[in-house]
Amino acid sequence: MSGTVSVQIQVNGVPHADQVEPRLLLVHYLRDVVGLTGTNVGCDTSSCGACTVLLDGESVKSCTLLAVQADGCSVTTIEGLACGEELHPVQQAFQEEHGLQCGFCTPGMVLAAVSLLCETPEPTEEDVRRGLEGNLCRCTGYHNIVRAVLRAAKEQP
Amino acid sequence: MIPSAFDYERVDTVDGALASLAEHGDEAKLLAGGHSLIPLMKMRLAAPAVLVDVGRVQELSFIRDTGDHLAIGALTRHRDLEVSPVLAEHAPLLAHAASHVGDPQVRHRGTIGGSLAHADPASDLPAAVLAMGGTLVAQGPGGERLIPATGFFRGFLESVLEPTEMLVEIRIPKLTGAGWSFQKFTRRAQDWAIVGVAAVHSATHTGVGLVNMGTTPLLATAVVEALEGGASPEDAATLAAVGTEPPTDDNGTAAYREHLARVLVRRALQEAVPLTVADD
Repeated sequence: MSGTVSVQIQVNGVPHADQVEPRLLLVHYLRDVVGLTGTNVGCDTSSCGACTVLLDGESVKSCTLLAVQADGCSVTTIEGLACGEELHPVQQAFQEEHGLQCGFCTPGMVLAAVSLLCETPEPTEEDVRRGLEGNLCRCTGYHNIVRAVLRAAKEQP
Repeated sequence: MIPSAFDYERVDTVDGALASLAEHGDEAKLLAGGHSLIPLMKMRLAAPAVLVDVGRVQELSFIRDTGDHLAIGALTRHRDLEVSPVLAEHAPLLAHAASHVGDPQVRHRGTIGGSLAHADPASDLPAAVLAMGGTLVAQGPGGERLIPATGFFRGFLESVLEPTEMLVEIRIPKLTGAGWSFQKFTRRAQDWAIVGVAAVHSATHTGVGLVNMGTTPLLATAVVEALEGGASPEDAATLAAVGTEPPTDDNGTAAYREHLARVLVRRALQEAVPLTVADD
């Protein structure tokens, strides 16, 4: 059973072509095949959101997606947000509002926020809290995270 | 956690999916958004030999107003239900229930057909479709068959779909202007409902669906019969647990769920059923 399948996935703008086992999860593809370890594996049960990446611009949990499902798609990880030395506005706002403590949830939190702001460019605090319901922070850093997302919303072009 | 090995086939059309199912029979599972199936496969509670990926069957992603009812393609994502202007006008209960499934990441992937075919009594959408009196359209080698939502759920995670059939469409009667309510009791925002209630009420139709009150999604038939017999919403709600067999688990006992059902059905009916007599 199950040979390998070829996939072509654009990761942070760079095209990748690989042979993968169908059961390979997208998060393992990103970490182990592409070598980008910014995407964390947290709960591994699609609850915590640490593994959130953007798939064709929308937030998804990469522990609950097969790499083969992303064939032909474009994936953005935390490594793909900054433009050279210049942080993405959401990253910048997380830094300025101290929207993190241990930092483990941060890559997923930032990408969930980027997706949220695409769908809701002028969110209320309630929108932000609901919009991040799929991302858990065990340091209880939610207040600063919410402030950071609201700040990014205000400052986005 | 990693699923056990399987063969992977991607299809682009319903015909392609049916051909794959015909070839592999019950060895195969359809993969739509994957947010029910992949977690089960990672926990090795499911180990299909073949996954038939229907996630890109574009012809099944639609929400149409067909006159007296709405037709929703089985592969329409929760996110699309959530923001659909057609649903907002004619089936706001369904749009609202969809906005409470999981979290945004889950709603970007999960589909209404996947949720119904998975037949999880703890899912939100089956209760909403039951309450609205929906009909499910299955396609198989013999053609199309219409299954009322009330006859679709057979047992725990089991529907009446044959291994060679695919759920292709969900039809919802248009209940424009009907009162409605969706009550979901959870400990944390993204959790499954400990108990949930979907209620809709109009001059021509009253439906109350229950989440997580038995081995299948359920209708609170005793409540609806009481309402139709003239009972007040408060009195009808006391019958919410009649005929249910709720589970006992870490979130609560069966008795606790029965109590929750009565409270949530009361709240739902108070929201969905307009007051006809002004109280002093």
